Amino acid sequence: MQRKLTTLLLSSVVFAAASGAFAQDTTIIIESWRNDDLQLWQSEIIPAFEASHPGIKVKFTPSAPAEYNAVLNSKLDAGSAGDLITCRPFDASLALYDAGQLADLSDLPSMANFSDVAKSAWTTDDGSATFCVPMASVIHGFIYNKDAFAELGLEVPVTEDEFFAVLDAIKADGTYTPMAMGTNDQWEAATMGYQNIGPNYWKGEEGRLALISGAQKLTDPQWIAPYATLNRWASYLGDGYEAQTYPDSQNVFTLGRAAIYPAGSWEISGFNGLADFEMGAFKPPVMNAGDTCYISDHTDIAIGLNAASPNAEAARTFLDWVGSTEFAELYANALPGFFSLNSTPVEMSDPLAQEFVSWRDQCESTIRSTYQILSRGTPNLENETWNASVQAIKGTKTPEEIGAELQAGLASWYAPQQN
Amino acid sequence: MPRIRWHILVFLAPAVLVYTAVMIFPLFNTLRLALYDEIGQVRVFVGLANFETLFGDPLWADAFWNALGNNFWFFCVHMLVQNPIGILLAAILSQPRLRFAALYRTAIFVPTILSFVIVGFAWKLILSPIWGIAPGMLDAVGLKSLFAPWLGQDGTALTTLALVSVWQFVGIPMMLIYAALLSIPEEILEAGEIDGITGIAAFWKIKLPLILPSIGIISILTFVGNFNAFDLIYAAQGALAGPDFATDILGTFMYRTFFGFQLQLGDPHMGSAIATAMFGIILLGVCIYLFGIQTRMRRYQL
Repeated sequence: MQRKLTTLLLSSVVFAAASGAFAQDTTIIIESWRNDDLQLWQSEIIPAFEASHPGIKVKFTPSAPAEYNAVLNSKLDAGSAGDLITCRPFDASLALYDAGQLADLSDLPSMANFSDVAKSAWTTDDGSATFCVPMASVIHGFIYNKDAFAELGLEVPVTEDEFFAVLDAIKADGTYTPMAMGTNDQWEAATMGYQNIGPNYWKGEEGRLALISGAQKLTDPQWIAPYATLNRWASYLGDGYEAQTYPDSQNVFTLGRAAIYPAGSWEISGFNGLADFEMGAFKPPVMNAGDTCYISDHTDIAIGLNAASPNAEAARTFLDWVGSTEFAELYANALPGFFSLNSTPVEMSDPLAQEFVSWRDQCESTIRSTYQILSRGTPNLENETWNASVQAIKGTKTPEEIGAELQAGLASWYAPQQN
Repeated sequence: MPRIRWHILVFLAPAVLVYTAVMIFPLFNTLRLALYDEIGQVRVFVGLANFETLFGDPLWADAFWNALGNNFWFFCVHMLVQNPIGILLAAILSQPRLRFAALYRTAIFVPTILSFVIVGFAWKLILSPIWGIAPGMLDAVGLKSLFAPWLGQDGTALTTLALVSVWQFVGIPMMLIYAALLSIPEEILEAGEIDGITGIAAFWKIKLPLILPSIGIISILTFVGNFNAFDLIYAAQGALAGPDFATDILGTFMYRTFFGFQLQLGDPHMGSAIATAMFGIILLGVCIYLFGIQTRMRRYQL
């Protein structure tokens, strides 16, 4: 391992030296885990930047997602990391900032283009410094088969009663599986289930922040009730949902065998290529018509500055551009479903993506309740929530038992929840 | 003074060096790591504190005992299903009158050389309630009602995976026993025949006592293999070993702790403590076998 690391570091040093010798312009290098997006960066984003900023060359050098954090940390320790660092949300990046490896970007002019919620994933606990420029978020909701809805004469549900009425109607008809989701991989139950419908119960940011401060507990009704609702989902999921995996669910829906898919907006580009029916989206149902709605608009990806970068000036220019509306439009259209966090609304051509993003104007945005601070310890609240949501759907534990277990786990290491 | 035989050292060196570098050093380093903890970015010696947490803190202890219990069940299924079937297959294959013996032998042994990832994926598809052929096949014989999403239910998931593992590895005991059976001299069996011991009786009274040492070796190999198992569970159910940790064995528990998972950061020190516990369990099992069973086993000079 040591030798492999040394070789890696040596080769990257040689590579950096070689590229430095030939380039007359300042070259800045971006570290990222989004190797899926390499094509997009090289053909669209970087040319657009270089056209408007002569004298600065940009190189996008992604590594495999699963190795990114380990590779990045060793590069940063060895001083061979690129100038710009793609930031994971919350604690992973915060640790880098605390170790002095990411620079404070609070004074970057384009930071003004982002709301506090948008910045929350890359801001210190006390809110004093923001160290990454937010790039994109993903929004939760439900994608549905428009053709199936038309065929059965169904309206898009707004309240929870309507939601279950629609599911009952699809189930009674029998042509379609009402909802495509399985519990085998666990994370969908938590991410597309609990975190999708939950914000309407705990009132988005209000509940999330109260949980962090210790004013609310996971045993409170607003945190338990979503589990009771999830339990009602079970009878609308396909036969054998217990062994249904995430790719199974995606295929069942895009093959037109299911009517509703509890979704995250990242599915959009994939689904567009697979489904040959028209798709629509509706937001998580509220209790009563007219209630304020809350959506999970989860901050997922950002970009920061390596504190040791020798090209800090050029890198800051690039970061400022990432915060601009020009970048937001480029990125959001190339990857529908990864929404710009920019406060200025971005024009997007994809109708499904437009539908998702329009909820930002109608509803209050929040992020997944377990991501900030609450998943720092052991047991990890996010990972526990996966299992808890599966138990809720299957009905192997009551919502009250689940709440009590999660609370005990959190309280075992998180001081504000200990009294 | 005896001459140093340099050629022995030279020929031993590659194996010893490689084995030391990839096995002995990591093993002892893991045992050492279990005695440390990281407090404020500094590694400090904490003695047995990690083990105190592992066995004393209910959050850790429950997970550990759950994994250990699952591991024992995983081992039991192999001992009760894999090894008897392996012996039976070997006994059938060693019949001189059996036709296509080589074909059967190869077909049964082939899954052993498949990757865990392929086995896990293929069986997940076979048993899938949506695309799988298992529900269709049961339907064809009118037993559709017997089908259940076995991999997704708390009660059945571990047994299902254990049986998949049995399917994959039944070739190994079969081959070892087959070789042992072939090494039994014809004269002994013929002598038995003269005394009136034939057929099934010959197997129980002559062959089985002669292959007992091989069965002992297979049992200990199964024990070590099962308590080190990880791949199949990880490939089929992921690192969280769902549903509700019903398929969590020591290997997946150690992996999750050591390397971290999703938002959970890795904890190499607690992970090492679990690895050390696994090492202790396997060492204990092997010692019981070596000193308690093997020394008392009767051997026959053939």
